[in-house]
Amino acid sequence: MQFILDGIQKGIHLTATLDPQVMVIVKLSLFVSALATAIAVVIAVPLGSLIAIKKFSGKKLAIALINTGMGLPPVVVGLVVTLFLSRYGPLGFLHWLYTPIGMVLAQVIIATPIITGLSMAAVQSVEQKFFLQIIALGATTRQALWIVLKEIRLSVLAAVIAGFGSIISEVGAVMMVGGNIKGQTRVLTTAVVLETHMGNIDIAIALSLILLTMSFIVNLTLTFIQQRKAR
Amino acid sequence: MVKRVFLFAAAIFVAALGCATPRAIAQEAKTVVLATTTSVQDTGLLDVLLEKFQAKTGYIVKPIAVGSGQALQMGRQGEADILWVHSPDDEKKFVDEGYGIERTTFAHNDFVLLGPAEDPAKVKGTTKAVDAFKKIAASGALFISRGDQSGTHKKELKIWKAAGVEPDKAHYIEAGQGMAATLNMANEKQGYCLVDRSTYLSLKKNLKLVILSEGDGILLNKYSLILANPQKFSKINVAGGRALFDFILSQDAKAIIIDFGRKKFGQQLFFYDYQPKQ
Repeated sequence: MQFILDGIQKGIHLTATLDPQVMVIVKLSLFVSALATAIAVVIAVPLGSLIAIKKFSGKKLAIALINTGMGLPPVVVGLVVTLFLSRYGPLGFLHWLYTPIGMVLAQVIIATPIITGLSMAAVQSVEQKFFLQIIALGATTRQALWIVLKEIRLSVLAAVIAGFGSIISEVGAVMMVGGNIKGQTRVLTTAVVLETHMGNIDIAIALSLILLTMSFIVNLTLTFIQQRKAR
Repeated sequence: MVKRVFLFAAAIFVAALGCATPRAIAQEAKTVVLATTTSVQDTGLLDVLLEKFQAKTGYIVKPIAVGSGQALQMGRQGEADILWVHSPDDEKKFVDEGYGIERTTFAHNDFVLLGPAEDPAKVKGTTKAVDAFKKIAASGALFISRGDQSGTHKKELKIWKAAGVEPDKAHYIEAGQGMAATLNMANEKQGYCLVDRSTYLSLKKNLKLVILSEGDGILLNKYSLILANPQKFSKINVAGGRALFDFILSQDAKAIIIDFGRKKFGQQLFFYDYQPKQ
């Protein structure tokens, strides 16, 4: 029991003193997951909205695929991305394996279906009539979509939060693609795994506390924006 | 609002870029991929060595710490520039197949057999490792194996074979993980476990397991460096691999390696064997 308490105490200490080694890991975690979320949003929100409003053959299949994608196991993504980025893989020329950029790519693949699926569901929740009305009033599809998205912004924001939450806490893909290299590709989740193996429970707890706190702050900020707009 | 979401995303994007360390965006020619074993990394030796090497040469090393089996597999696929492994039979095969060149055995330490202090298989004091393994098999005591084709796993299989016994399958756990993780599992389950002495000493403070058998010749653990064969793979960083190879075989590295662990563990973890050619 004592070692857990010690760990928490040490964790708070490491966090409070902004330990430089820990800060490198924190920065990289934020960098990778925030960048991946940003890219995923740019792809996923328009994609999800378009699938929701357009009628096309194979739409049900597309939706089923996206819903499956929402539960993509990070290790599978990690494996596939690693194979593609390896020197003699199809994307080997990019030299992205064991780099933060490679990790971003993997996380974009994990986050995109989640944000796509949730924004699709959000757009679908809007009455079809509402959309048709806007079109009837002379709006182009793009303008109409914009208005609809404005209408459901809270749900879209929730989709973004969900996407970010899933990748900041993910360990399988970044471990494989990044290689958990100290000072280069070590992020909070992979560091927690390593330190636990090494028996450095105190540091593992410290990193976990930071991960939770970071996740909380980001979500708090997003929720704050969301709720302010809700009023 | 949607615009703001995008603006927010863009803001994060920019902030994130600001966080990126310059090292993260490194030129490929400057990076060297070192496929190595978990024992070298888990002890912390690699960090010390690479820090010195990187400061000296400007290369950025990407050490990928996996089992020796997986490290050699990386070499077979041309994914590594240099290998630091400890699985002699597999290394010879690797070189014979033409994937590696200039295999140099340069350091050693030894494996020890750990087990619970109660020692249910009564192996304490057994000098021959094969006899200890026979006793474990006969008593049906729990044994935790790496189970990952690593150098340590290969050594363990070799001892089982030399002992001429099969471990009791019902009491044999294949962890499929690195040395530290496997050792922690053995500790929690109070099973027997073969481990290299350096990892054992690094983790000793958290372990209830004790050394029950050591010192047998078969327990010698030899580390080798192998360069990837550039004639086999065109994308190998030849100069970078060579620079790291030469550094580890230099007097600078020797001083670091033989000194490593003395202060923290009170004893030398790795013994340096390489003699430079005159």
